[in-house]
Amino acid sequence: MIASKAASLFLRRSIPTAAAAATRSNAGRTIGAASGARMMSSDTVTFDLTGSFETYKLDTAPNDTIEMTKEELLEHFELMYTMRRMEITCDNEYKARAIRGFCHLYDGQEAVATGINAAFDPEDSWITSYRCHCTALARGGSVASVLGELFGNVDGQTQGKGGSMHFYNKAHNFFGGQGIVGAQVPVGLGLAFANHYNATPGKPMQVAIACYGDGAANQGQIWESANMASLWKLPMIFCIENNHYGMGTSIDRHSSHSDYYKMGNHIPGVRMDGMNVLAVKEGMRFVKDYVGQGNGPMYVEMMTYRYHGHSMSDPGTTYRNREEIALTRSTRDPLEFVKKTLIEAGFADAEQIKETEKRIRKEVAEQVKLAKSSSPPTIEPHLFQYVYSKDGGKEQNEFPPHVRMPDFAKSKWY
Amino acid sequence: MLSSAFRTISRPKNGLTAARRTMATIDVTVREAINQGIDEEMERDEKVFILGEEVAQYQGAYKITKGLYQKYGSKRVIDTPITEMGFTGMAIGAAYKDLRPVVEFMTWNFSMQAIDQIVNSAAKQYYMSAGDIACPIVFRGPNGNAAGTSAQHSQCFAAWYSSVPGLKVVAPYSSEDAKGLMKAAIRDNNPVVVLEHELMYGTAFPMTDEAQSKDFVVPIGKAKIEREGSDVTIVTFSKMVGLALEAAEQLAASGGPSVEVINLRSIRPLDRDTIINSVKKTGRVISLETGWPQCGIGSEIAALLMESDAFNWLDAPLERITGADVPMPYATDLENASLPQVEDVVNTVHRLTSRQLVA
Repeated sequence: MIASKAASLFLRRSIPTAAAAATRSNAGRTIGAASGARMMSSDTVTFDLTGSFETYKLDTAPNDTIEMTKEELLEHFELMYTMRRMEITCDNEYKARAIRGFCHLYDGQEAVATGINAAFDPEDSWITSYRCHCTALARGGSVASVLGELFGNVDGQTQGKGGSMHFYNKAHNFFGGQGIVGAQVPVGLGLAFANHYNATPGKPMQVAIACYGDGAANQGQIWESANMASLWKLPMIFCIENNHYGMGTSIDRHSSHSDYYKMGNHIPGVRMDGMNVLAVKEGMRFVKDYVGQGNGPMYVEMMTYRYHGHSMSDPGTTYRNREEIALTRSTRDPLEFVKKTLIEAGFADAEQIKETEKRIRKEVAEQVKLAKSSSPPTIEPHLFQYVYSKDGGKEQNEFPPHVRMPDFAKSKWY
Repeated sequence: MLSSAFRTISRPKNGLTAARRTMATIDVTVREAINQGIDEEMERDEKVFILGEEVAQYQGAYKITKGLYQKYGSKRVIDTPITEMGFTGMAIGAAYKDLRPVVEFMTWNFSMQAIDQIVNSAAKQYYMSAGDIACPIVFRGPNGNAAGTSAQHSQCFAAWYSSVPGLKVVAPYSSEDAKGLMKAAIRDNNPVVVLEHELMYGTAFPMTDEAQSKDFVVPIGKAKIEREGSDVTIVTFSKMVGLALEAAEQLAASGGPSVEVINLRSIRPLDRDTIINSVKKTGRVISLETGWPQCGIGSEIAALLMESDAFNWLDAPLERITGADVPMPYATDLENASLPQVEDVVNTVHRLTSRQLVA
């Protein structure tokens, strides 16, 4: 089922050992390691990332360790837990028929979006596929705006015009949310092109990342983009979120070659443990630095997993067995990993984590309630707005002179 | 009324232009006009850049971008690899971030490689994002038939692109159209498809003082009455405007019906009012295009007339003159038979005007 080459990284875990976790950068401060004691450490802890990365055509590599503060790691945990609760809510709401159409859930992959977001500046550009709820959340969205959009309400992220696959937030440099498999990659190259065009000489460039799945990775337009990125040394990151299945087709059934981080041919690549948010952050720091300096593009392969099927219409069990899903959940869950890391680093204890989870569950529930309290967009003016833009700015609607309606008598003339 | 200062090849009779002073009017080819339009807009706004195959060092496969690479350099005039899907998507992403790309398709036939990006990433973006992300981009290139380029290199894409909400689609005929519409397209904040015509590139037209000015823009969505007439309206665009005018002159010379020629200039949005008002005046209408008949522009003209009160003024049903319903053949006689000719227009006019309503 899983390609054996990928399996080695897939199954390997990068767990901060007690020894590594105990490295304190703040000399003299000793914290009792006994469980149950309230931890009040605000130290920076160094975490071991050995085995998290494989590189291709690179003389340098991401570091074997990462330093992180309690605040930071708690922040990542909270974002990831919010993502998880949000996606589970989507599952419930979809089954309750409050959400229609497509719904592609990201639970299991939270560490990828969180880690990329942690490594990036807000001015770096990001585009992804239809599995975009959590990226939308990370980049300026809220649970209410995401769920609101899924409910088809006017206070949703795109005023009920887009739906699950079409979240956008230009002010946060988030460009979607794209429905056509692979099409986001050339568009992502365009984001990198603009960063290159607008670059200040002497300063590193802002980068752009296009995330896509293993299922998309064989698309020709991706190579077309990689060729141009390499030719013109554009600050572009090709990020394959390898969750091992393109819809219902496993990688050994859809890819004759599945070392996706090597697919750029001469273009360097890094494969990372996408279930470890610390590894993703450090890996992406390295990639952003390389690419932003004008060294040309890089391929990044995130080894990850989705618990749900491809979409809500896919139970996800006709092409993979439940043991695999359960094993991943019990040994590689990105949230469990962060919780364990927090505890072992002395940043939080089990009780604090439990309280945080409880608080977030409550917040998510409130946000969902808020989303439900909004109403659907009215035909007038929402059906007719934003076909054209007047001045290219946000919400600068230009009505076309004539919008024909199913019944001609209801057509609009502007 | 026309002074002897007017000379060249196909002279469109335009009352408005004729009334102007002709002192500073010069002849400009369509090619030169497009080049000037792009050049002026690149000069005006440094966010404008042009990309495509051979646009830079080769000076353009059809020499439309001649001189631009020397003037603006490789940052803003970019030779791309032969990868339409990739570079079109790339240009669209750049437009999302407020750059203003002009994408050249060497011919519109190659746009089919990129049509998903044009329709799904460009046209629909502003709507799907509820006004968050606009796409100020121009797609341009020669459209339709050439001379002996055969089936895969002769297709007209007016019908396909003009059916898509979110796109604007324009098709210039004269040099004034070519320059003014190009400038309007570049300044427009929406994705604009510019359907040029290879066989018009070398044709010269007089350009007035006004048309030569750097602020001259032809508004998108407005048709132009190239020739006024009273008996039959011909609605057409691009190279076929010339054919319609030729047929009109021939008919006038032989004392035949008086033909009004509407140069659509824009296919989307269509200038419904100009079409409807003209048909109300003449009572008879022909749509003329080189594209295939099924679901062509003529179908749209027919439908819009039936849906409007112009229907009540019609003395005859609309007739379409279109390309033949076959892939474009190579041999000269076959190719000519596949395309509208002057006699096709003349015969159709006669056919329309020979119908009499029984009183």
